[in-house]
Amino acid sequence: MSIDLKTVKHISKLSRISLDEQKAKKLETDLNSIFKWIEQLNELKTENIEPLSSIAETKLRLRKDEIKSKNIREEILKNSPDENKDFFVVPKVVE
Amino acid sequence: MTKDYLIERNGKKYEVVIGLEVHAQVLSESKLFSTSPTKFGSEPNTQVSLVDAAFPGMLPVINEFCIKQAIKTGIGLNAKINNKSIFDRKNYFYADLPQGYQISQYKDPIVGEGNVVLDLVSGSKTIGIERLHLEQDAGKSIHDIDPKNTLVDLNRSGVALMEIVSKPDLRSPEEVNVYIKKLRSIMRYLGTCDGNMQEGSLRADVNVSVRKQGEDKYGTRCEIKNVNSIKFMQMAIEHEANRQVDILEEGGKIDQETRLFDTKKNETRSMRSKEDAHDYRYFPDPDLLPLELNDEYVENIKKEIPELPDQKKSRFIEKFNLSPYEANILVSDQDISKYFEAVIENSDVKLSSNWITGELFALLNEKNLEITESPISAKNLSKLINLIKDGTISGKIAKTVFEMMADGDKNPIEIVKEKGLKQQSDPKELEKLIEKVINDNQDKVREYKSGKEKLFGFFVGQAMKVSGGKANPQIVNEILKKKLK
Amino acid sequence: MSNITDLSLSELVSNVKNKKLSSHDVTSEYVERSKKSKNLNTYIEETFEAALKKAKEFDSKPDFNKKLPGIPIAIKDLFCTRNVKTTASSKILNNFIPTYESTVTQNLWNDGAILLGKLNCDEFAMGSSNETSYFGNVISPIDKDLVPGGSSGGSASALAAKLTPATIGTDTGGSIRQPASFTGTVGLKPTYGSCSRYGIVAFASSLDQAGPMTRNVNDAALLLEVMSSFDNKDSTSVDFKRPMYSKDLSKDIKGKKIGIPKEYRVDGMSEEIEKLWEDGKNYLKDCGAEIIDVSLPHTKFALPTYYIVAPAEASSNLARYDGVKYGFRTEGNNLIDMYEKTRSAGFGDEVKRRIMIGTYVLSSGYYDAYYLKAQKVRRLIKNDFNNIFQKVDAILTPSTPSSAFKIGDKSNDPVSMYLNDIFTVPVNLAGLPGISIPAGLDKKGYPLGLQIIGKSFDEQNILNIAYSMEDKINFKFNLKEWWMND
Repeated sequence: MSIDLKTVKHISKLSRISLDEQKAKKLETDLNSIFKWIEQLNELKTENIEPLSSIAETKLRLRKDEIKSKNIREEILKNSPDENKDFFVVPKVVE
Repeated sequence: MTKDYLIERNGKKYEVVIGLEVHAQVLSESKLFSTSPTKFGSEPNTQVSLVDAAFPGMLPVINEFCIKQAIKTGIGLNAKINNKSIFDRKNYFYADLPQGYQISQYKDPIVGEGNVVLDLVSGSKTIGIERLHLEQDAGKSIHDIDPKNTLVDLNRSGVALMEIVSKPDLRSPEEVNVYIKKLRSIMRYLGTCDGNMQEGSLRADVNVSVRKQGEDKYGTRCEIKNVNSIKFMQMAIEHEANRQVDILEEGGKIDQETRLFDTKKNETRSMRSKEDAHDYRYFPDPDLLPLELNDEYVENIKKEIPELPDQKKSRFIEKFNLSPYEANILVSDQDISKYFEAVIENSDVKLSSNWITGELFALLNEKNLEITESPISAKNLSKLINLIKDGTISGKIAKTVFEMMADGDKNPIEIVKEKGLKQQSDPKELEKLIEKVINDNQDKVREYKSGKEKLFGFFVGQAMKVSGGKANPQIVNEILKKKLK
Repeated sequence: MSNITDLSLSELVSNVKNKKLSSHDVTSEYVERSKKSKNLNTYIEETFEAALKKAKEFDSKPDFNKKLPGIPIAIKDLFCTRNVKTTASSKILNNFIPTYESTVTQNLWNDGAILLGKLNCDEFAMGSSNETSYFGNVISPIDKDLVPGGSSGGSASALAAKLTPATIGTDTGGSIRQPASFTGTVGLKPTYGSCSRYGIVAFASSLDQAGPMTRNVNDAALLLEVMSSFDNKDSTSVDFKRPMYSKDLSKDIKGKKIGIPKEYRVDGMSEEIEKLWEDGKNYLKDCGAEIIDVSLPHTKFALPTYYIVAPAEASSNLARYDGVKYGFRTEGNNLIDMYEKTRSAGFGDEVKRRIMIGTYVLSSGYYDAYYLKAQKVRRLIKNDFNNIFQKVDAILTPSTPSSAFKIGDKSNDPVSMYLNDIFTVPVNLAGLPGISIPAGLDKKGYPLGLQIIGKSFDEQNILNIAYSMEDKINFKFNLKEWWMND
C-alpha cells in the first residue's frame, strides 16, 4: 500500500500540522519507506488473536468521589501565551 | 388514537424518524477523571485542575461513583450492564478540548441495549435504547465577551457525562417531549442526573430523517448538535424535517451532515467550523485499563435501586385503584410521588389524589412553585383530607380551609376550631334550621309541591346559607326530602 | 581520596553519611565540572546556584537517614520539575515552567537528592541519537563526532562524562538501555507500572517507563529503590511489594537459568557483538548459572509493531500541544490556522513524522490493518516471553546491534535509525524489566552493552545477575577529557 501526496496532506490536516509542498514530498518518501518496512507484519496470521492494549499487570483502580483540587486559576493560566487573567484565549471561532 | 405526526407535501405524506443522543451530566461531587468540583456557575476556570487543563504528564484516574451512577441509570433503562468496558480516546482539536481528545467509550460501552416505555395519549410505546456510555464533558467556548477572540472556560472540562443513545424509534416532536421527560424522571428517581436543562445538565444531539409513509428504509439523517431544551428540540425537528421534505420534493438528495439549531432564526444550518471530514481516530486510552465489573458488583448496585416510575405507577393502579392517568401524573416526578405517598400514609387515597392533582397543583402553578417548595406540607394536607373524610368539614369548607392553610402551613384542625368551621351534622339541630327555612319560604314550598321540583336546590342552598355553609349537605338533603313530602 | 566526581553514587552516599564529604563538597565539584563541560551540550537548564544553596541547607541540617543525602543529580528534561523550565527538548515547550513535580523526581528529593539541572534528550524522547533535540545534538564524551544514543542522550553523556553521579531517564523503546550501552554505563528499564508516569511528559503511554542510569549496578539498585513507588495518581501504577533492591543485592545466581534467544542473532551482526554475547554466557556459567537456548519467534516483528503503537499513542498524547494553554504559539488567522502554524513551527521533523505515522495508522480505513494488527502482534510478542519464562529466570541478549555511530550517519534514513532499537523494543512491548550493562569495547574502542531481561517485577533478579556479571566483566574505560574547558 503506498501513501500518496494527497494522503500525506490529509494526515497533516488531521494532525493540525501545516506542511509546505517540499516537506510534504519529503514525508511522502519517508512514510512510504517506513510503511514498506512495517508491511512485514502481514506475514503473520492474527485472526484469532486478542489485541493487547494495556500491559499494566493490574486492574483499573477506582477513586473515591472526593474533591481534592482547589481553585488554582492563576497557576493554570500562568503558562498561557495570552495574558488574560480569567480565560484561555484563542482566535475568534465562528460556529 | 391521536393522528400520526406526518408532513404533507403535494399530496404525499412523510414520516419523521428521530433518534436522540442525550448527554446527561452525572450527579457527582468531583469530575470523571480528576478531583475538581463539578458545581455549576462558578467563576471561570476556578474548577480546573492540572489534569482538566491537560498539562504535560497529567494522567486520568477514574471516579468510582460515576461508574456506579452509569450502572444505576443502565438498570433504570432496563439495560444490559457490560462486565467489561473500555475507555477510548476520541481525537479532535477544539478550543475547549484541552487534551486534544475526549475520553469516551466507543466499541465497548458500560451499558448495552435497553428500553424506555412512554405513556402517550394513544397508549404506551417502547423506545429502544442502543447504549449508554461514560465520557468527559468539554469546556465552554465563549464568543460574545471579547469581540476579537474566543475565550475558553474549562470549569466543565472533565465533568462526567452519560451519553444515552436511543434507537431511531421516535416519530414526532411530542414523542421526543415525552421521551426526554421520562428519561429525566428515571434519572431523578435514581439520583444520577438532576436533569436541569437550563444549566446544561441535560442536552441532546437530535438525529432526524424523513421517509414516505409506509416505506421501510430509513432516509439519510442529519444530526442537530447540542440542543438544550425540549422546546428547541421540537422546533429543530419540525424545521429540519420540513427542510428535508422540501429538498426531496424538489428532487434533491439529503447530505448526511452535522447541523446547528439557530434558536433566534428558528432554523438549522450546516456547521461550517467542523467542515473537515470527521475522523476521530478512536483507540483505547493507554493511560487507563479496561473497566471490569463482576456480577456481584452490579447485583449490589441493583439493591440500591429505588422503586422507579413504571413500577410505582403499576403499584398505584393495582393497590390504590387509581386511573392510569392519575397514576402517571403522580409518578412523573419523584418529588410529587413522595408527597403523595406521605399524604396517603394516613389518608384516603382517592381524596388525596384529587386534592393533590387539583387544588394543590393549582396553587403551586399560581405561585410558580415546585412541589418541594409547597406552602402546604404533606402532613397538614393529610389532616385536611381526614377532616373531609370523617365529615368534620364539607368539601366546600375544605377549600376555604385550604386557602387559609397556604399562609404559613397552618394546621387545618386548628383553623377549623378557631374559625368554628366544623360541619353541622346533628340531625336535630339541622331539622330546626330547615323548619325555619321552610317557614320563611312558604310560597316556594307551595310552588314545589305543585310540581316545580327544581326548587329543591333552592331549599338546600337556603339551608346552607343559614348555617353559614357548615351544614352537612347530605343530611340537609335527607331532612329536606322528608319535610317537603 | 580520589576526585569526588570519580566516586560512584553509593560511594558518595557512604562518604556523606560518614561525614567525610559534605553535600556542598559534592555539589560544588559537580557544578564546577558541569560548567567546564558545555561542549557536550548536555544541559538544557542549569540549576547550579539553587543546587549549591540546597546543599548548604542540607549540610546545616543533615538527615543521614535519607538514601540520597544531599546528593546532586541532573535529570532528563522529560520530568516535570516545579518552577524549573521543562521542555522535553521541544520548541513547543520552550518556555514552559511547571507548577508541579513528577512523582519520580519528587521521590528523589524526598530522599535527599538535589536537582543539578535538566538534561538534553531527543525531542519528546523520539530518537535514538539525541539528534532530534530542539536544543541541538548532544556530544558523546567518548568522541566529539559520536552520538551518545537516545533518547536519554544528555543523561548518558552527562553520566559518562561525570557531570552527575547518576541520572534518570525514560525508556519507551530503549531510550535508557541504548544510550547506556553506547556510553559504557548501566541503564535499567523497570517493569511497566513500577515507576509512576505522573508528571513525565508522555511519549507513548503504554510503553513509557522511567529508570535509573548509573555507573554501576549497585547504584542502579539504589536509585531504582528510591524512584519506584506505587502512585494512585497513575492508573497504570502497580501496587506490589517493592524490594530493597540495593540492600538485597546479591552475587549468588547459582542455578539460575538464563535463556539465549536465537532470534537475537540478527543478519549482519558483527563478530564483536557475537563474541561479547559469547563472553557474557561464559561469565554467567562461571557464576554457576545455567545457559539454555530458547526461542522468541516473533522478535523480528517487534520493531514494526513498535513503530505503529508508539506513534499512534504519541499522535494523541501530543495533541495537547496546541498553543492554547502553555508553551509556544504562532498567531494565525483563525483557530485552525493557529493550531497548524503553532504545531508546524513548534515540533521538529522527527516528531512530526511520528505524529503523522500515528495519525495515519489510527485513521479511518487503516485502523484494523495497522493499529489493531500491531496490538495483536504485541500479544504474540508478550506470549513469547511468557512461554520462555516458564523455562528460564532471565534472558541474555546484546543491548544494541552495534556500538555508537557518528552524528549525522543515520539521520537521513529513519528506518536504519529505528533498527538501532531492535533488541530493546521487545522488552517495552512486553512491559518487562531490562538492564544494560557495559560488557566490552569494539575495535574502535567504543563501549558495547549486554542486556538482561527479566520477568515482570523481577528487577531484583536481573540486578543480581548484572551485579555478578559486572564483577567478571570488570569493565574499565578511561575517557580522555578532551571536551573540558578551563
